[in-house]
Amino acid sequence: MSTSEQAAAGVAPTAGAAALPLPVLEIRDFSISFATETGDVKAVRHVDLSLAPGEIVGLAGESGSGKSTLALGACRLLRPPAIITGGSVIYRGRRVGPEGVEILDLTAHELRALRWREISIVFQSAMNALNPVLRVEAQLGDVIDAHLNVSREEKHERLNSLLDMVGIPRARLRSYPHELSGGMRQRIMIAMALATDPEVVIMDEPTTALDVVVQREILAEIAELQKELKFAVLFITHDLSLLLEIADRIAMLYGGRMVETGTGEQIHHRTAHPYTRGLLNSFPSVRGPRRKLAGIPGSPPDPRDMPPGCPFQPRCRFVKSECATVDMQLLPAEVEDPQHLTACPYVKVGEVEPAGAATPATIREVL
Amino acid sequence: MSVAAPLQADARTQQSAAPVWRRLRKSMPLKAKIGAVIFGIFILIAIIGPAVAPYDPSATTTQTQAIAPNIHHLLGTTSTGQDVLSQLLVGMRSTVVLGLMTGVIATTISVLVGVTAGFLGGSADEGLSLFTNVFLVLPALPLLIVVLGYIRTGSLLPVAIVLSALGWPWGARVIRAQTLTLRNRDYVLAARETGERTWRLIIFEILPNEVSLIAANFVSTVLYALLTSVALAFIGLASFSGWTLGTMLYWANSQEAIQLGAWWWYVPPGLSVALLGMSLVLLNFGLDEIGNPRLRDGGRRKIKGARWRASDPTPVIREAL
Amino acid sequence: MQFLVRRLGFYVVAAWAAVTVNFFIPRAMPGNAVDSMMAKFPNIQPQAEKALEAEFGVGHQGSLLHQYWVYLGNIAHLNLGTSVSLYPDKVTSVLASTVPWTLALVGTATVISFTLGTLLGVIAAWRRGGWLDRALPAFTLLQATPYFFLALLAILFFSVDWHIFPVSGGYTLGLQPGWNLSFIGSAVWHSLLPALTIIATSMAGWMLQMRNVTITTIGEDYVLAAQAKGLSSRRVIFTYAARNAILPNIAGFALAIGFVVAGALVMEIVFSYPGVGFTLLNAVNANDYPLTQGIFLVISFAVLFACMIADVVYVFADPRARTRQAY
Repeated sequence: MSTSEQAAAGVAPTAGAAALPLPVLEIRDFSISFATETGDVKAVRHVDLSLAPGEIVGLAGESGSGKSTLALGACRLLRPPAIITGGSVIYRGRRVGPEGVEILDLTAHELRALRWREISIVFQSAMNALNPVLRVEAQLGDVIDAHLNVSREEKHERLNSLLDMVGIPRARLRSYPHELSGGMRQRIMIAMALATDPEVVIMDEPTTALDVVVQREILAEIAELQKELKFAVLFITHDLSLLLEIADRIAMLYGGRMVETGTGEQIHHRTAHPYTRGLLNSFPSVRGPRRKLAGIPGSPPDPRDMPPGCPFQPRCRFVKSECATVDMQLLPAEVEDPQHLTACPYVKVGEVEPAGAATPATIREVL
Repeated sequence: MSVAAPLQADARTQQSAAPVWRRLRKSMPLKAKIGAVIFGIFILIAIIGPAVAPYDPSATTTQTQAIAPNIHHLLGTTSTGQDVLSQLLVGMRSTVVLGLMTGVIATTISVLVGVTAGFLGGSADEGLSLFTNVFLVLPALPLLIVVLGYIRTGSLLPVAIVLSALGWPWGARVIRAQTLTLRNRDYVLAARETGERTWRLIIFEILPNEVSLIAANFVSTVLYALLTSVALAFIGLASFSGWTLGTMLYWANSQEAIQLGAWWWYVPPGLSVALLGMSLVLLNFGLDEIGNPRLRDGGRRKIKGARWRASDPTPVIREAL
Repeated sequence: MQFLVRRLGFYVVAAWAAVTVNFFIPRAMPGNAVDSMMAKFPNIQPQAEKALEAEFGVGHQGSLLHQYWVYLGNIAHLNLGTSVSLYPDKVTSVLASTVPWTLALVGTATVISFTLGTLLGVIAAWRRGGWLDRALPAFTLLQATPYFFLALLAILFFSVDWHIFPVSGGYTLGLQPGWNLSFIGSAVWHSLLPALTIIATSMAGWMLQMRNVTITTIGEDYVLAAQAKGLSSRRVIFTYAARNAILPNIAGFALAIGFVVAGALVMEIVFSYPGVGFTLLNAVNANDYPLTQGIFLVISFAVLFACMIADVVYVFADPRARTRQAY
């Protein structure tokens, strides 16, 4: 199929390769701003991101890069003064059909039906995301009541099986959130997210608030559940090393812009964008040779004060004058692999850093 | 492996002394400004009132009826010929002074007890909390009625003391709660580790971060003193020999001003109390908003022309290309 | 459970404090309590005078501690003495006839204003920028207005000018108190204006309180999660936001009740409503110490009781409180 034919059929354009399935969640040219008294602050700018059915896509970036804003904005969960200023978010789950629905056009009523049933969210801090005055069974149950039309016995069965699925004793249905440990609470959040059998689960830093051992356990459980139930995952985190292990594809966000997307292998071994490079240089691997930690000099960008062109300019070792006019379009990084895209047209994969490159700030940024 | 992102700042600041003062002045929201202006006007009246009053407020004439406002008496007279405007101007000072006195005394006690209880913790906290709660639960107005009903003094200070004695507990509780949370904040623990002396800790690390709370406490106490003293004077338990807004209302009521239709007698003092009280409430709102930014931005009604509420989904307002 | 037990201990201490304060009131007053009573009521019988002296520790009545002990004993037996201004009525019988009036008025007015105020507060917080938010300055003014001033204005408009409501009293004079329809009807009619005035002033306070807490609560993650779950607006507002926002209000009930009582007392005085407040003022003005003490005791215990109920409600409402130590 030619590229234009592919586009007409609604298939993701690929050059020469076999046609891929339609993405279950397709975000195109998505922009979000915050309307403050001092003017609009662009938090997310012209972002493209898509999730294939059953795929795990990692969304990585620093705090303030716009990852949560992007995900919540795609579900239209952001509160004022946030506004969506452009783009489209198309959802194509099994229950909705291949034509999909444009989330940005839905009414509040239609959105309510779509939320959780089709797209659910696992929030970062389970202690804060669970209602402290409701028992677990009430919180798991009300979402079943809202979306599924089942009898009481069926609902009870489902609640029990949900808890079994995440490895929590059934008796805990009668507990309150404050009576559970951190790991348990997060598992409840996951169970809650899967309660209505969604197609897409957005996980916003689901393990950041936990200690390392529990983190590993929960990640393993998530991976297992995903294999079994085959839902797509948008995994948001600042921990790139985690994504390298579990994600099928990774998207790197910087200053509200998408700067690189690719598989874990491509991102790790054939890094294209300078930002990703800097990130990979920032954490040591437990095995492997000792090397000097470089980090990324400077500090995260202030969304109110972005340079024209590429937002990474102030901290980039490859910066040149053309960077101020680049249009940040995602282009293939490697000729043989159209899946690997980067926003930097000047730096090639494997290019060596220029010697004596200026290091802008004295503050070391280690993510 | 990654390193955690820097700790996010809290709604209540975590910095120490200096920046807090600057922040307060700069970020005073509209409500607080209006309240401050109105309150300022009343303070002005309180200061210059007695000097500006055209007549002696207690001077009676031979008339037997209240006269409506006219050129000679801008707010009319009472049924014994006393000038209402003069009473208002003179009475304002006593009322305001009593309120401020009570505010200062009660707030001082509240801060002392609250910070001590919150900071020391343990059995000192238990004891002080018990003391505070018992005072809190004793019904204030009945006790005031009883005490002031039997004690007749001429000056304001004893009344202020009695009012403070029953008005300090709730402020102490609020300050204690805040001190408890601040005590465990990182910068306090850090200062402790470096051996900073306790009193310096309290004055330079803890108190500056409670300033808006203490200010709100002060304002509320003044409001309480105002309303309570006016209420007590109204039912005849003033025990103060001068003129206050409350005594004006008392006389108006006992001389049947309502039935006589002499609105100029009781509406000015009553309205003054209400406006003075409202200015204090607005000030308090403003102080609340400083401490808790979520309350700010009085409900953005429209975003770019579209009506907006917390329950609505994020609006889509496409930019023209 | 532990929480309630500790609170119970506190109430015992508070009750003791109230009783002790009550004990000291006549003794702390300047002058001789009995003399001042005699001055107002010279016709008191000698035996009554002796009894009063014993009650208030005038003359040689034994040590202070002994008097205190006798006093505590009297209270335990519900022997509150005989009223001086309403002689020969016993204090307990005066109380029995006045307390129900106050309870009926204050009780219903408080329940209504709490419910209404809380509800409006939730709505104001949810629909920010709506008409309720715009009416905020009016509510602020209402909250700051001295209750009796509003009462005076209400009397002026509704009773004097427009003759809708009666000016004062608890019931139409001449009617015999009793459980008959005409009396109850008259009583209800007379209580409407005072009740409405109480509701108007205190409701504003509850509403503003609730609004502020609810706005903070709406910003919490679990409310966002509830919206993300696609639950109905009603469930999000009430089961997720309001259910949590109301907790500090219940906890702060002890503070609020002071104002409720104060407002009700003054209101009764303004309307000459035959309740506890009105009677207290008359007793104080008449130097009737036994009656004053009795009323003060009743009010104190009623406040403590109401706070206890608030505590129990709190434990039911907040599951975290069941394991906690204190508020």
